[in-house]
Amino acid sequence: MTDNWKPAASLETFKIRARVLQSIRAFFAARDVLEVETPILSKSAITDPQLESFKTRFKQCEYYLHTSPEFYMKRLLASGSGDIFQIARVFRVDEQGRNHNPEFSMLEWYRLGFDHHALMDEMEALIKHIFSERQGNISFERISYQQAFQNKLGIDPLESDAQQLERCAKDNNITIPQGMDIDDKDMWLDWLMVVSIGPSFSKSGFTFLYDYPASQAALAKLSQNDSRIAHRFELFAGELELANGFYELTDAKEQSARFIKENKLREQRGQRAMPIDQLLLDALKAGMPDCSGVAIGLDRLLMVLSQAKHIRDVIAFETGK
Amino acid sequence: MASYSTNEFKGGLKLLLDGDPCSIIENELVKPGKGQAFNRVKLRNFKTGRVLEKTFKSGESVEAADVIDVDMEFSYNDGEFWYFMDPNTFEQVAAPDSALVESGKWIKAQELCTVTLWDGVPLVVTPPNFVELAVAETDPGLKGDTAQGGTKPATLESGAVVKVPLFIEIGEVLKVDTRSGEYVSRVKD
Repeated sequence: MTDNWKPAASLETFKIRARVLQSIRAFFAARDVLEVETPILSKSAITDPQLESFKTRFKQCEYYLHTSPEFYMKRLLASGSGDIFQIARVFRVDEQGRNHNPEFSMLEWYRLGFDHHALMDEMEALIKHIFSERQGNISFERISYQQAFQNKLGIDPLESDAQQLERCAKDNNITIPQGMDIDDKDMWLDWLMVVSIGPSFSKSGFTFLYDYPASQAALAKLSQNDSRIAHRFELFAGELELANGFYELTDAKEQSARFIKENKLREQRGQRAMPIDQLLLDALKAGMPDCSGVAIGLDRLLMVLSQAKHIRDVIAFETGK
Repeated sequence: MASYSTNEFKGGLKLLLDGDPCSIIENELVKPGKGQAFNRVKLRNFKTGRVLEKTFKSGESVEAADVIDVDMEFSYNDGEFWYFMDPNTFEQVAAPDSALVESGKWIKAQELCTVTLWDGVPLVVTPPNFVELAVAETDPGLKGDTAQGGTKPATLESGAVVKVPLFIEIGEVLKVDTRSGEYVSRVKD
């Protein structure tokens, strides 16, 4: 018999996790944000070509495991729930590695009347609250997507095309992955983000990157002043991506168009188109309040807190173990 | 031709890169939550022995190297080649010195080794994790000194030199870990 039945993580990390969960609930209770639970199983799924949902069957119907609780939570918002948060286990196919496990814990919350900057302020407060036992100062920086690319690579990510981004990578001696699509601008932006921009963030602090290119808006509102950008933001600890947030898109028509566009893209890439969440679109039509929302990967936050190098060091059992 | 997609990548997988057979040492998934995924891979080139890094856009396919691991018994070394025999088929292969850079000093006749074959040609020979070898040469043992620390070099019958406790004597059989090159224990008859 081997020791394989034992958890890879230490008892200490379970204690840290328990403390963090209590700390999160206390933080939101004090701010009157309601804790909710929504279904993991859904007949519809996210259309984002970069995300793959687990599929199962029930009563001759296909069901999908959620990749985040976003759509159900938005239906609650539209129904008048007010500010809400949820701690959920979410599932994503093909994501396994040092910073990925196919199922992981997510904290997601929505704040009415907040724009993305107000929500970043609150995230900062939450993280300071969670890290309050830690010694020393916690630093936060905020930089726009455009500024970050200009500072590090001297290139404007909003104005450059794929060819210019490729040349920029070559000029900066950045290795180019096998299989890059010469015309896919977002693919090049993602690669430069991963190998160059992320690693340029403060190693010991937190960085908010905000106002992503409109092509990477996902479910964020576009800027009213500059249609090239979307009010989406991410939070990094060093170069580790921790959270993704939006000043939420509330326009049902626009949301529907994005779903359809993503499904077309999926088909072009040989992926299956996903069933679009009509009930979410109905909720948006009925009216979702102006709000911002964010999802943070709790396991990664625990990695930062406990200085773990691998996600398996902070979860009881890795998928398949 | 067989190939692997990046989502099948894992340690030990054998790929053909620029015509050379390579083995994945480490595969790291790099993926922005809402963006393109990439695989950053560390590989060992079997021919050169070198470690290289390569990045793939996730979803890419890479040609598989026709590399298999076969358990074979070491027969003898004629000064030019090391001869191994498959104990089931009695088939013989001759491995060049370059396939035994790390392993040659650990093996003696009849030792069952893992021979990595590429299109039937031996690329690398890996000895068992633990081997038992007799001491051919070492300084005289110190009687009674069984608990204290302190080591001395000992040359084993296969040619390897390992650090052993002071009480070890010529002719004793030792168990050695070939991965770390460290003495484990004496083997009692």
